[in-house]
Amino acid sequence: MHAPDGFLGVGVAVATGIISLIVIGFALRQSKKQLSDKLIPLAGITAAFIFAAQMFNFPVAAGTTGHLLGGALAAILLGPSVGVIAVTIVVVVQAFIFADGGITALGYNVLNMAIVPAYGGYAVFRIFRRMLPTSAGGVIGATGSAAWASVVMASVAFSIQWLFGATAPVSFDDVFAAMVGVHALIGIGEGIISALAVGAVLASRPDLVYGAADLERSQLDDSKVGMRTFVVGGVLVALVFSAVISQFAVDNPDGLERVAEDTGFIESSEDHSLADSIFADYATDGVSNETLSLAIAGIVGTAVTLLVAAGIFMGLRQQRSRDPASV
Amino acid sequence: MGAGHTHALYVHEHSAIHRMAPQTKLVAALGMVASIAVTPREAIWAFAVYAVLIGSIAALSRIGPGFLAARLLAVAPFVLFAFLIPFIATGETVEIGFVEVSVPGLWGAWNILIKAVLGASVSIVLTATTEVAEIIRGLGVLRAPALFTSIAVFMIRYLELITDELGRMRTAMTARGYDPRWIAQARPIATSAGALFVRSYERGERIHAAMLARGFTGEMPTFDRPAIARSQWVVVLVVIMVFVAVATVALLVT
Repeated sequence: MHAPDGFLGVGVAVATGIISLIVIGFALRQSKKQLSDKLIPLAGITAAFIFAAQMFNFPVAAGTTGHLLGGALAAILLGPSVGVIAVTIVVVVQAFIFADGGITALGYNVLNMAIVPAYGGYAVFRIFRRMLPTSAGGVIGATGSAAWASVVMASVAFSIQWLFGATAPVSFDDVFAAMVGVHALIGIGEGIISALAVGAVLASRPDLVYGAADLERSQLDDSKVGMRTFVVGGVLVALVFSAVISQFAVDNPDGLERVAEDTGFIESSEDHSLADSIFADYATDGVSNETLSLAIAGIVGTAVTLLVAAGIFMGLRQQRSRDPASV
Repeated sequence: MGAGHTHALYVHEHSAIHRMAPQTKLVAALGMVASIAVTPREAIWAFAVYAVLIGSIAALSRIGPGFLAARLLAVAPFVLFAFLIPFIATGETVEIGFVEVSVPGLWGAWNILIKAVLGASVSIVLTATTEVAEIIRGLGVLRAPALFTSIAVFMIRYLELITDELGRMRTAMTARGYDPRWIAQARPIATSAGALFVRSYERGERIHAAMLARGFTGEMPTFDRPAIARSQWVVVLVVIMVFVAVATVALLVT
């Protein structure tokens, strides 16, 4: 998902750049409180870990592979604020030093690959923690679901930015269906690997898992239930999700288009006065079916934004209730 | 850290561009990439001018075209996406051979391709002429938050160590016959990711203890560097002005 320079319109690049700067500035202040003088070496070395973790290719099926994104994993292991810093540094270093992702694309790349997966994934993690038993199994199950959701949320965020800053006349519906569809599959690998990785850390150094800080020693042994919960939960989430997406992204546009053809307003909508303006290329390219696209974008965009905001506030609140010395 | 950390990206040469201060090169790169990003897709000549300019800078830095081409493979995934666009985009179509493709889609694909390639070329020239630690120092001089650049320096310092550790884990797994083909066989990958995290974190704790023993207070010390010659900034200004001029003309003409 490392978008190159000029992939999205200038407006989106600037707007996401401002959002990312504000959120990262906030996260830097938060993590300074969380880790105090430990922050620089620990965040630096765990950022190197995230960089290396992205080199873990996992098999998907029959020889094809995907790689870990690590946003949710970082947030669960390190806490959302430190996690988001680690992933942001990876993305920035990749742009400046490895030519992986554009420098002017950093605004949306940081937003999609660090902020949305880490904060959004952490919010989903906490929600699942509340529903699952308070045990190692519960933590593992919640990690799997959060990691899957983090990848899907990142693809949703990307699609919504395409709606506002498309540089090619590919409709939002197509981008949304393709991006979210593909990432819902990739996310399964992300979920399984993240869940098992957190399980492995819990088995050897449970004190290093930020998201499991509330567990007692006796609750750590019970890791069997979680795998079942995780598989059942994962299948359920996937089913509900694909049902919703297919309703929105596949059936309705066709239906609406047919209605439009029947009623004749599709012809009248073709030649509108904006077509000659300089905005025509950018502003309307991403929209083939305006009302519906905006409806989908509005609903999923609000959901992702709420989760990311929830993640940011959870980072803040937990900070206050934790004794800094015990971190 | 020695020069060994950057061998894959850095081209060891002694050109005028290698000798420039990192902050000047960063500003120049940003100006170049921003001009490329805002240039309208229809101004094909403008992209040709950019390509010639970047090519000349690469030649001045004594970077071979082979090196540039090999590093450009980083943009490959998005190039694949760009090739799909003409087939899925809407708008009027044109027939090429046996297939019908969308004309606005072709423009979209061209737009993404050329900007990705030129933008990545700028970054590649930057890292080929500037050591990684210098780039981070340049970001610091340009007022990036000190906390951010300090963390980035640590990340880069330990990156090679940790990826090497990952490589050894992989070798060990392969030597024991691990060759997964399905996601259900991924458990050893996940447990080694967990083990790698614990090792990295514990290394971080040891380093923190060692730093405390040497008087670390939570802030990295800064060292004064000699002031850079004004002529370097003049060169940067000229380069940026040429790029901005091309972009402005392109915007006005199309």
